[in-house]
Amino acid sequence: MEITLRSLHVTLVALLVSTLIGVPLGAWLALGRVPLRRLALALIYTGMGLPPVVVGLFVYILFSRSGPFGSLAWLFSLRAMIVAQTILALPMVAGITMSSIQSVDPALRPQLRALGATRWQVVRTIAVEARFGILLGVMAGFGAIISEVGAVMLVGGNIEGRTRVLTTAIVLETRRGHFALALALGAILLSLSFLTNSLIMLGQGGGRWRR
Amino acid sequence: MRKTCFGLLLVLTLLGALSACGGASEESAAPTSSAARPADRLILATTTSTYDSGLLDYILPTFEAQSGITVDVVAVGTGQALAMGANGDADVVLVHARAREEQFVAEGHGTQRYDVMYNDFVIVGAPSDPAGIQGLESATEAFGRIAETEAPFVSRGDDSGTHIKERAIWEAAGLNPDEFGDWYIAAGQGMGAVLTMANELGAYTLSDRATYLARRADAQSEALTLEILVEGDPILFNPYGVIPVNPQKHPGVNAEGAQKFVDWLTGLEAQELIAGFQRYGQTLFVPDSAAWHEAHPEGAAEASDAPNPTQAP
Repeated sequence: MEITLRSLHVTLVALLVSTLIGVPLGAWLALGRVPLRRLALALIYTGMGLPPVVVGLFVYILFSRSGPFGSLAWLFSLRAMIVAQTILALPMVAGITMSSIQSVDPALRPQLRALGATRWQVVRTIAVEARFGILLGVMAGFGAIISEVGAVMLVGGNIEGRTRVLTTAIVLETRRGHFALALALGAILLSLSFLTNSLIMLGQGGGRWRR
Repeated sequence: MRKTCFGLLLVLTLLGALSACGGASEESAAPTSSAARPADRLILATTTSTYDSGLLDYILPTFEAQSGITVDVVAVGTGQALAMGANGDADVVLVHARAREEQFVAEGHGTQRYDVMYNDFVIVGAPSDPAGIQGLESATEAFGRIAETEAPFVSRGDDSGTHIKERAIWEAAGLNPDEFGDWYIAAGQGMGAVLTMANELGAYTLSDRATYLARRADAQSEALTLEILVEGDPILFNPYGVIPVNPQKHPGVNAEGAQKFVDWLTGLEAQELIAGFQRYGQTLFVPDSAAWHEAHPEGAAEASDAPNPTQAP
């Protein structure tokens, strides 16, 4: 139970940060005048396929005592895990937000302008039009990081009662040969993912499954 | 329209807040500005064999209750554990690769190496024993036969203490694993995972006795059919050492806590605990510290000849 809550804690904080940064970033990439836009896109798309273990290694080196942020003593804490997962989720959220905003009817902008909408109102209306795509981006980010093990294992250290989350506990129990327990933890992880996605879907459908 | 986004944010915040309650305690313990780790927390980098066998879970609560220090165990291979010490990411290391440990101290990363305990390695394999090594007294001869018949062998391949030992045995047999064919499988995984692999493949492997016994006897574990085929060769001796990370090299480490831990671990009380740690009727580690030998002078001589923890008192 404690492990499940910790998994949720790390993933949701990371997802919240990614959403707060990623959605505006995606909107800006889609609508704003972005210098070196192609390069930014290439970076975002590369980021969507980042190998978690590489991100883990990178964050490990950053927060290692002999690394640039070593004095924070964040290594082997939830904070380092959140940083790693934010790096993993951010490109997903930003990239999918961007493409869904881009796919909103391009004629909408001049129309809104003609109707006298302010710049901010235009952006908001387009974002509302693209809300399902943005939601999909957030969900994709959630799915990627709740199930991720490489990065959190490396920077969290799988410390019992401190940084052990569902995925690292599954690795440990498998290593110990406790396949049944590992499988049970896997089932919890899956149901967690299903539950969270269902809640979002229900929220979107106004409390109904049908729509 | 906007309700959707709002609803999503609400769900996120609610869940985040909910889980924050559960995670708050460990967050508050992490220092934000100070470079030093808190005095009541100790990061112990150790090997999977001490952790996966359950030894640390068995002895650490006593230390934590007495000292008020919480020990955060990071269980990795010996190579990675020593690297964590060398980076100052751990306060104390408990590993099993003597030559590496001495090098670690010589390079100034650790203050001193202390003997803690030992057990031994065993060569395990399928009961059918295709290379015919059962009962051999020499581990090098057994490895030689495995290489000759090219019977599958799973290597840790992860620079762990067990892997380092395995390479030393190949070398003693005059063989170089880098030249081996497909029968030699470098898994790059922990001991438990490698035992599972060897079991599935009907392959040989080198294991520390503790992890093998813990896996073999553990009713919850997937059944292992692997059997001990070769044991008792002095080359299979497996000593564990504990080393505090040098605070002069890494000023941020919890040096005081590390020394307290080392003093406790090598002290009589912890040594008695190690001696009494049994899983399913088997003793997995034999105490080996200076304090232990002082208190048990007669056991010491006998133990160094025949490193066989199952027969230890």
